[in-house]
Amino acid sequence: MSAVLKTVNLVKIYQDGAIPVPAVRGVDLQVEPGEFVAIMGPSGSGKSTLVHMLGGLDARTSGEIWLDGKRVDTLSESAWALLRRKKVGFVFQFFNLVANMTVGDNVELPALLAGVSPKVARERRESLLGALDLTDRADAAPAQLSGGEQQRVALARALANQPSLLLADEPTGNLDSRNTRDVLRLLGKVHKEGQSIVMVTHDARVAALADRVVSLFDGEVVDDGRIARRRRGTAGEVIDLR
Amino acid sequence: MRLHLLALLAKEPAHGYELKQALEQTFGSAYPSPNIGQVYVTLGRLEKDGLVRAVDVEQSNRPNKKVYYLTAKGRDHLTTWVDEPTEGPRVRDEFFMKLVLAPLTGIADRMALINRQRRHYLSLMSDLNDLLNRTSPSDRVAMLLIEGAMLHLQADLDWLERCQEDLA
Repeated sequence: MSAVLKTVNLVKIYQDGAIPVPAVRGVDLQVEPGEFVAIMGPSGSGKSTLVHMLGGLDARTSGEIWLDGKRVDTLSESAWALLRRKKVGFVFQFFNLVANMTVGDNVELPALLAGVSPKVARERRESLLGALDLTDRADAAPAQLSGGEQQRVALARALANQPSLLLADEPTGNLDSRNTRDVLRLLGKVHKEGQSIVMVTHDARVAALADRVVSLFDGEVVDDGRIARRRRGTAGEVIDLR
Repeated sequence: MRLHLLALLAKEPAHGYELKQALEQTFGSAYPSPNIGQVYVTLGRLEKDGLVRAVDVEQSNRPNKKVYYLTAKGRDHLTTWVDEPTEGPRVRDEFFMKLVLAPLTGIADRMALINRQRRHYLSLMSDLNDLLNRTSPSDRVAMLLIEGAMLHLQADLDWLERCQEDLA
């Protein structure tokens, strides 16, 4: 099976006046279908720049990006936009919902844009809203929802067209622990169902759901490895109470 | 287990097996089920130190059972423990020692230490995620314990990042 995502020596250099500022310095990353990769690192390490490039939201300076076996970094902006509708879901820390559409329509829109039949788009909408406990909020406007609810809607929207790859940038950055738990539950569920995910996060609970953690430092990958799962047992056995 | 038993005896006198059951009820799954032998050994030591005293209660057809109660000295000891502030966690962190001393040993570089530790913390967090999913919300003491452990781990990871920024 070929990688769902691959980058080759990916570089991003911002130009700050006359001074070039390297944000990402030669990242080689490969994500297999169904894999969940967490990207961690201090602020300024290039994490957000990296996922923005992966989603075509920021142009690379040099290097290659391959999505589902197709080279995408050389695509025009409009070709990228088209591909993104079908293949990439995106969740940010700030939810960017369409303000004058209902919650339900926000979730349904991407599937319709991607050319899915209205019947399938509707089914997908119902199932996602149900999974996120938002069914009775479907007719509300985004502004009527709490931050946590809006973020769950944003996640549902990102998943609506069953993208090959879900990209997320600090998706729980704004949420309290109860809302984080709901988002965690959905992420765990879609990952189990085979969703490939690349996610920038500081939240260890979210990162711990991943199969693999990639650590960035100064724009470079300094660690890339699997997260071991080990101990079973009750709270009293797992957590040392002295 | 000394102070746990003193606290339970502060409520009412009890025999060993009742104390074991009371511990299980109080902590839910947050505390590994104590072994009855260990309960009796601990009670014996508390008695020797004058913190509890035992009276024999006669039982028909069975050997006498010992009912333990708290002495005044035991109550003072318990009150002191409850009233004093508890030492914060991680005052002496072994990982911190490794990180500071690593360059002297010539064995490990700091970046490698930090990376390994990050993966270890995430693996612990993943265990806690599983644990949280398997624990019934009605087991409130256990839920709080798990959430506390998660918050500590998050702090450890944040701090690891600070170490990386400054030392690596």
